[in-house]
Amino acid sequence: MADPKHDKPTPHKDEVSGVDTTGHEWDGIRELDNPLPRWWLYVFYGCIVFAIGYWILMPAWPGLHGYSKGLLHRSDRGELSIALHDLSAKRGAAGQALVKASLEQIEADPKLQAYALSAGASIFGDNCATCHGTGGTGGKGYPNLRDDVWLWGGDLNAIEHTIRVGIRSGHPDARQSQMPSFGRDQLLTGEQVNDLTEYVTALSRRKADPAAVNRAAPVFQAQCAVCHGVEGKGNQAVGAPNLTDQDWLYGGDRNSIHTQIWNGKAGVMPSWEKRFDTATIKALTVYVHANASGR
Amino acid sequence: MAAIDGPKGTPTSGAGLLAGLLGIGVFLTIFMASRTPDPRFMVHAYIFMAAFTVALAVLVIGISAGRFVQSDDKYEDGVIRAGVIASLFWGVVGMLVGVVIASQLSWPNLFYFPEFGWLNFGRLRPLHTSAVIFAFGGNVLIATSFYVVQRTCKARLAGGIAPWVVFWGYQLFIVLAATGYLMGVTQSREYAEPEWYVDIWLTVVWVTYLLVFLGTIWKRKEPHIYVANWFYLAFIVTVAMLHIVNNLAVPVSPLSSRSYSLFSGVQDALVQWWYGHNAVGFFLTAGFLAIMYYFIPKRAERPVYSYRLSIVHFWALIFIYIWAGPHHLHYTALPQWAQTLGMTFSIMLWMPSWGGMINGLMTLSGAWDKLRTDAVMRMLIASLAFYGMSTFEGPVMSVRAVNALSHYTDWTIGHVHSGALGWVGFVSFGAIYCLVPWLWKRPRLYSDRLVEWHFWISTTGILLYIAAMWVSGIMEGLMWREYTSEGFLAYSFVQTVEAKHVANMIRALGGLLYLSGTLIMVYNVWRTIRGDVAALETNAILVQPAASGPVPTGTVAAE
Repeated sequence: MADPKHDKPTPHKDEVSGVDTTGHEWDGIRELDNPLPRWWLYVFYGCIVFAIGYWILMPAWPGLHGYSKGLLHRSDRGELSIALHDLSAKRGAAGQALVKASLEQIEADPKLQAYALSAGASIFGDNCATCHGTGGTGGKGYPNLRDDVWLWGGDLNAIEHTIRVGIRSGHPDARQSQMPSFGRDQLLTGEQVNDLTEYVTALSRRKADPAAVNRAAPVFQAQCAVCHGVEGKGNQAVGAPNLTDQDWLYGGDRNSIHTQIWNGKAGVMPSWEKRFDTATIKALTVYVHANASGR
Repeated sequence: MAAIDGPKGTPTSGAGLLAGLLGIGVFLTIFMASRTPDPRFMVHAYIFMAAFTVALAVLVIGISAGRFVQSDDKYEDGVIRAGVIASLFWGVVGMLVGVVIASQLSWPNLFYFPEFGWLNFGRLRPLHTSAVIFAFGGNVLIATSFYVVQRTCKARLAGGIAPWVVFWGYQLFIVLAATGYLMGVTQSREYAEPEWYVDIWLTVVWVTYLLVFLGTIWKRKEPHIYVANWFYLAFIVTVAMLHIVNNLAVPVSPLSSRSYSLFSGVQDALVQWWYGHNAVGFFLTAGFLAIMYYFIPKRAERPVYSYRLSIVHFWALIFIYIWAGPHHLHYTALPQWAQTLGMTFSIMLWMPSWGGMINGLMTLSGAWDKLRTDAVMRMLIASLAFYGMSTFEGPVMSVRAVNALSHYTDWTIGHVHSGALGWVGFVSFGAIYCLVPWLWKRPRLYSDRLVEWHFWISTTGILLYIAAMWVSGIMEGLMWREYTSEGFLAYSFVQTVEAKHVANMIRALGGLLYLSGTLIMVYNVWRTIRGDVAALETNAILVQPAASGPVPTGTVAAE
């Protein structure tokens, strides 16, 4: 240090407080010689006492071999496994019953149904809501699960199967179908796609150009009726939507219909079979079924 | 970048050496830029090269024109003026990014720019935290420490050109860090995202800073070292240690922007939070307490309340803070005994933290009327109130049972911001309001009324912000742990996100108010530097102390 000159500090009395200063001064700043506030000191001591007490009771200090376990013998990992055990015990009986009962039996038994709905809501929120929305009402490209319209069937068994294997998921039994990209792959001419757009618009009982509809009729029967049916009412066996109603997965205006015929977009739903156990899938099935029309 | 003190004096020491080093740096970075296969590394090599080239040109021209001279009987204030301006600039940038990301959380559809990946929340969030903590806070700390250490040691800054190396080197670090985040260069360590080569650069700058500070203390003309300098020194030394250990990593190659940490698993987590928590402790607490210890007694013109309290709380703070990091890892893979230590040391930290608040608040005894008459004083004291609040809230949240509720929720965000906006922000603003008239030799600020507006608008912003985060944090914590009677979680995660929508909007509004206050300050500072005085206030009583305090005895005179 730069040869500190230890001048004797000359305390002087601060007139406002009547307290001596330490006698030091830096750039006009002095320091009062006040003692530590008592309350401050005692609360500080109190915190230290609390800390030492906590160390004695709880796992605290590491040593060469292990650590001090504490008088209370508390252990996070032990408590976690107890908590998990308690939780599965709480769910346990009903969970076992779900595995054994058929889906119809679960719906018929109020107690089992209440359990399935509670479990289903939790599972749906963390796994399905990402695409289908928290309310299950879906969005463009993601089916609404709250209405009566089902692409692959809306009875209990159909829903369960869809959850298990998924749609175009890569699962060997996945629900599988693919609408061709009629425009993009040049299966149809641009004019034919335009005409079909009018035809599909007319199917849902809206105004359309009659000449175009007439021109498109044979094309529809040749290209579309295989899946969507002669009357365009769809076919749940191949996930082909009903084109005569007001429900549209990718939008029902002319632009959206044209785009869909042109590109033949198709969505993917994962298979949940490996992720969920049987009870979970059953609970989710009952939940989805109950929140739709229940049919 | 010129340390111009006037025509008289000796050539600034180190300028020639620095020019040589910069020349080597230019060639090295050209080599790196031309050889690297990593485009992001190349961008950074070019930024280095451009900075070195400009610095070298300024040095060469300056030296040949005889501009780099210093006189030891004058304080080095140019670098402090630059630091004040840099602080305000980065403060506005950092807070603006904060408002943007708060808006992204509130209106994700409006503030979503899929075609500009660098505007994603994930890139902007570290930009916000680093800009406000390190760019704004760091510049405030460097500038005020250079001011305080000179005045309280009665000595010119040591190291000749070195203080300017610290200043510009630090700005270069900020630019490298910020551009890196936007390009996606990150090592994903909280508050330490810059990659290895930026870390090395900061180490060089920081060690220079330490040497400048120590050198100034070494040649002091006061027998004792003032308490503010203890805190500054603790901040500089500890941050150096934290920075080096936390960033130990192995680069993929000397020409790659990627590296791998030396630590892994739970050890890595512990090192990160040992660093992370002590960045709060030694950067945002010790450093800003140093500011408090100079500017509050100076502004109040009252002696510091208790010398003994400052000694005891300083050492208690230094000793205890360093242990508290594990409280960030409660109920994780971290062994329970380490959690216990983190929690208990955090509780013991309560009073040592409050020691600074008491010492600051009680310094005002005999001058309480200034709270009413002096908005700058009120800002400094309000900062201590927020400091006291968040250093009480911190130990409470470190208790494992409380943490089980608060962890990962918005409560943590609120806690951080009551400290950051209330304490760090306000004490910095107060110090800058004091410094600007002193540094630019103006009799007073342009407008005291604008300081009032700044104070009230920003205080409202803080209160909206933290109240919204308390509500949403506790709400989401309770929602996460809610079970149905059948034993299933009652709410999905996305439902808790939906539930926070209103609180998120209030938070964005609070942030916007705070930013508005800062912009008012920037305007006020700019007009003050220009030498204006608001028309309505020309007859107001001058409340500022004399330009640089009493002229010190000895050879050093106020510049």
